[in-house]
Amino acid sequence: MTTETIKTTCPYCGVGCGMEITVDHRLGEIAVAVQGDKQHPANYGRLCVKGSSAGETIDFYGRLTTPMINGQAVDIDTALDHVAERFRAIIEEHGPDCVAFYVSGQLLTEDYYVANKLMKGYIGSANIDTNSRLCMSSAVAGYKRAFGSDTVPCSYEDLELADLIVLVGSNTAWAHPIVYQRIAAVKKARPEMKVVVIDPRRTATCDLADLHLPIAPGMDALLYNGLLVALADVGKLDQAFIDNHTEGFDAALAKARETAGDLDSVAQRCGLERNALAQFYQWVIDTDRTVTLYSQGINQSTSGVDKSNAIINTHLATGRIGKPGTGPFSITGQPNAMGGREVGGLANMLAAHMDFDEASIDRVQRFWNSPTIARAPGKKAVDMFRALHDGEIKAIWIMNTNPVDSMPDADFVREAIEKAELAVVSDCMASTDTTVVADVVLPALTWGEIDGVVTNSDRTISRQRKFMEGPELARPDWWWISQVARRMGFDGFDYDHPWQIFREYAAQTCFENDGSRDLMIHLPEDFDQDAYDAWIPKPWPITPERPEGTPRMFTNGRFFTPSGRARFIAIEPRAPQNQPTEQYPFRLNTGRLRDQWHTMTRTGKAARLFSHRGEPFVSIHPNDAGDLKNGELVRVFNDRGEIVVRAEITDTVRPGQLFVPMHWTEQFASNPRVDKLVPPYTDPISGQPELKHAVSNFERWGARQYGFLLSREEVDVSAFGYWAKILGKHFVRYEVANREETDFDALLEQLAPEGGTLIELRDPAAGIWRAAWLVDGRLSRVLFLGPSPDLPTRQWLGERFADLELEGATRRSLLAGQASGAKDVGPIICTCFGVGLNTIVEAIHEQKLTSVEEIGKALRAGTNCGSCIPELTEILAREIG
Amino acid sequence: MRKKLVQIGAGMAGMRFLEKLIEQAPDCYDIEVFGKEPWGGYNRIMLSPVLAGEKQLPEIMTHPPAWFEEHHITFHPGVEIVAIDRDRKVVRAADGSETPYDVLVIATGSNPFIIPVPGHDLPGVVSFRDIRDVDIMIEAAGKHPRAAVIGGGLLGLEAAYGLIRRGMEVTVVHLMDILLERQLDRTAADLLRRDLEAKGFKFAMPRQTARIVGEERVEAIEFADGERLPADLVVMAVGIRPNTTLGQQAGLTVNRGIVVDDQMRTSDPDIYAVGECVEFDGQTFGLVAPLYEQAEVLAKVLAGEDAHYQISETATMLKVTGIDLFSAGDYLGEAEGSEVIQWQDHQQGHYRKLVLKDGRISGSVMYGDTHDSHFIFDLIKSKRDISHCRPNIVFGQGYCDL
Repeated sequence: MTTETIKTTCPYCGVGCGMEITVDHRLGEIAVAVQGDKQHPANYGRLCVKGSSAGETIDFYGRLTTPMINGQAVDIDTALDHVAERFRAIIEEHGPDCVAFYVSGQLLTEDYYVANKLMKGYIGSANIDTNSRLCMSSAVAGYKRAFGSDTVPCSYEDLELADLIVLVGSNTAWAHPIVYQRIAAVKKARPEMKVVVIDPRRTATCDLADLHLPIAPGMDALLYNGLLVALADVGKLDQAFIDNHTEGFDAALAKARETAGDLDSVAQRCGLERNALAQFYQWVIDTDRTVTLYSQGINQSTSGVDKSNAIINTHLATGRIGKPGTGPFSITGQPNAMGGREVGGLANMLAAHMDFDEASIDRVQRFWNSPTIARAPGKKAVDMFRALHDGEIKAIWIMNTNPVDSMPDADFVREAIEKAELAVVSDCMASTDTTVVADVVLPALTWGEIDGVVTNSDRTISRQRKFMEGPELARPDWWWISQVARRMGFDGFDYDHPWQIFREYAAQTCFENDGSRDLMIHLPEDFDQDAYDAWIPKPWPITPERPEGTPRMFTNGRFFTPSGRARFIAIEPRAPQNQPTEQYPFRLNTGRLRDQWHTMTRTGKAARLFSHRGEPFVSIHPNDAGDLKNGELVRVFNDRGEIVVRAEITDTVRPGQLFVPMHWTEQFASNPRVDKLVPPYTDPISGQPELKHAVSNFERWGARQYGFLLSREEVDVSAFGYWAKILGKHFVRYEVANREETDFDALLEQLAPEGGTLIELRDPAAGIWRAAWLVDGRLSRVLFLGPSPDLPTRQWLGERFADLELEGATRRSLLAGQASGAKDVGPIICTCFGVGLNTIVEAIHEQKLTSVEEIGKALRAGTNCGSCIPELTEILAREIG
Repeated sequence: MRKKLVQIGAGMAGMRFLEKLIEQAPDCYDIEVFGKEPWGGYNRIMLSPVLAGEKQLPEIMTHPPAWFEEHHITFHPGVEIVAIDRDRKVVRAADGSETPYDVLVIATGSNPFIIPVPGHDLPGVVSFRDIRDVDIMIEAAGKHPRAAVIGGGLLGLEAAYGLIRRGMEVTVVHLMDILLERQLDRTAADLLRRDLEAKGFKFAMPRQTARIVGEERVEAIEFADGERLPADLVVMAVGIRPNTTLGQQAGLTVNRGIVVDDQMRTSDPDIYAVGECVEFDGQTFGLVAPLYEQAEVLAKVLAGEDAHYQISETATMLKVTGIDLFSAGDYLGEAEGSEVIQWQDHQQGHYRKLVLKDGRISGSVMYGDTHDSHFIFDLIKSKRDISHCRPNIVFGQGYCDL
């Protein structure tokens, strides 16, 4: 077979788009073409730029290809024995709560399940938490408070059925592009459908909005309390729904009136124009089919749970839930954050949507038939790393995530990992900011190389399917976990294939589930590997009555609380914990860009994903920028540390606010890790850190030299105080800067490739230094340095890396960084006046020149030393005969 | 009645003057020309390619006797003027004949400088100035294997190249350790040396010639340190001196050259001088461009126009096949306040240097690739401020919005 097409699910965001991978085995190397799966209910064939370039990320460049202990490559058995023995010994000495797993929304459900089972059922601790803690644990807690279960009520289809879509704290256009495209398509088909964006920044998502409310950071709960009051005041409550299906309404409304009873005051405290706010309230009042889509802007907050309940309150009050085109819709960040929530891969859940109540503890242990069971919640992410730092936790196994970059107070987290007695990191990449501080690294297989399931934001379970082999010594995460479990002496981990794990997990969701638990994946008796392989995307709960799944929940108005009623929560709005001071007057927001994903371990491999934004930056409002210019390097700092990034002067942020993307790591830039500036303040209920609100200040970094280096291979750029690595096609680009002018000769020596020949430009007085090296006639490296960020485009130079040879004019142009704007005059005939053959021939024809004298008059050629007159005569003869 | 114009010399400056004069004032003068060499006007610059065998003599003859006839000019080839009698306004030839003038133009050019070392007058020691010198060199190349060229300037290198092309083993003896030190900086000179060595040049530098040894004919050069370099032919190419003999004889004001004003007039209002024999504003001239400019000014003046000569920048080329170099202005850039931009392609041996002062290009050297030399030269002459396109100015016009 030379080509085959395999359906799988995108490795990126929580939209969970279906993909069709066409694999071409004919070329010695595997080549894949990626297309959207037209049948998949998440995307119906669409893919965003990240997804469609996923095929460019499957090479093994930079992959972790062998287990390593303390930097030494070891065989798999040695690694497994080491990890199992160390965990066993540490548990034996210090007890089960002295170890922890920190896992990831990148894991497949099967991996998650096995990790959760090992930690909670066999080690006997609940110290397993996931990086989903950082992105949507507040939404989980909000749902659970309101519904008694972590149940996303909506389906993507509700977006198409809605007449008003409110996007709160969600730059959907960039973070969930296909959801955005679906909304855009509705907007086009039904222009009367309204879109409101509530976001402190004027993001790309606002392009679609009828109304943008640039809310003051963290004031969402106040705004939604105000909305509840407005709904009540105009009599827009669904009293029957409130009476029959909810509880706690009066207290919630009273608290809302107390805190947000006056529109003017709400508008003022939210930093909004009164009329804009009133307009928003009116639209909600007027529109029964309202979906509120919310994301990190709500969740990453010390009051994230309250914010989500303030939103949910308004839906419950209007009965806008469980009906087409309605609902409070939390959209998740990661491809399988939902899978983690389901299996229980969070420290405050036990398993399969069961908590730490006695009945559940007993049931889960009986289902697993496990030697022990965790009886109380474990440490959530922030507490987990604090405990690691304190020495309370001795050993940690970090799977497929990069807490050194993504956790708040990230330098503290790095220290914690460095201090750990044992830090094991499973990853598919060799160098991440986390693997480099690990004691043991285990090579994981990744997307395309593994089988499993993922759940997207609307509960749809889809298959990821293997379409290629991974590195020889890499293994799926479930395999590493199972093997370690076995070597720790545990039964219950003898899996050969993920389908067996999925079947066991599905069985757990059904185990003693009389319908009191929302999560149910009911499989046919004869479910086997073939059925697993043939899995068609469907939303849970999958029950005997609804084997095709359940797109919309709560249609009957029944909830999973003990009373069966949804709960209103009385919300006391709280401002972000960290407030600006004289020293740190700016509110620092963090977030995502369109073309990068998380800490760039995958997107950092695709050149075209750097064309949108190549470097870390800070957005600064012009009013705050002073004389700072776009592209200058600035130091953003507070008591926790500093980062060095480019200034982007833009009015998309409001005065007094800064925005820095969270993607950049020390693998891609010298000092970009914004989360080290973020305090580890968390929501008291969800434990989710307030990643979207730190305070800071900024100042010029003081670059005196800016530049860039393009190189065919990666190169050591530590000579530069600032650098950022950007992948190009056929080359790596480094943007560099220094606070002092570098010694050019030393730099040339350091950067010279082997066998390279040098072309250089020196203008010391202007501070301009440039160099290019050719190897075997091809461009190998090129360096431009100058006194300002104003440098030639990198585009033309980048394209030269594809050239098999550099002909004279191109070679001469290299250090200009662009092709000459001049006509090619051809070989010089008259050296005295620099007149070229092409110029002469053109003049002969255009000006009808018939003699050497006429040429001389027209072009001066031949009129000085006269050496070229014989050649001019020849040219004339040739051209006019 | 038309005035009588007599010109002494039929070199490049004189001939350009005549061309321009008859173009602008065809009927003003009766013209009579005396040429020391026994042929008409030729392009002296092209002697190097002739020596190298890359061009033939007829190709460089610009003004054969027929040209004079055609323009009704009385021409006396091979007749040397030995004296000017300003009182009687006549010139006297070597044979004693006298010719009266109303207006006299001295265009006697320059003489090669012969280093007065012992043996400088031995047979086989030659300068490189005229067709006769070339004949001697070509003849020597046919008979002898080894030559030495004293002088690593433009003329010396061109002579050496010609002789190498003629099959001789040639060593260039140079007093300095930098070739073309009046045109090139060390970087360019080193590149040049490397390229010339690849073409078969040998160099003895820095070396001072103490004497030339030989019995009946030159046999070797002896250096100041006593070492000897065997040579069957020695070419002296260490510079030229304005030929001022007649001016001095006639009592005109003469310093290094015959002093002229900005209308090329000597201290005698009826006598003009043009070309390498003159001194203007303290300077003498050796390159063709200023000579031509002087010739044009003089033609205008004698045609009755108001024209004035100004010294302009000159640029240098070397006529050695496969060697491209360009130099103009303050090529060293060592003056106070000068800033230097250098570009170099090491493998190709290409080099560019611009010297800037106050945002203007004051000098330049280019070696190996002189594509944009005319553009740079124009900027040197025009003294335009190029600050706004400084980063790419070295790459030429295609990169500069000027």
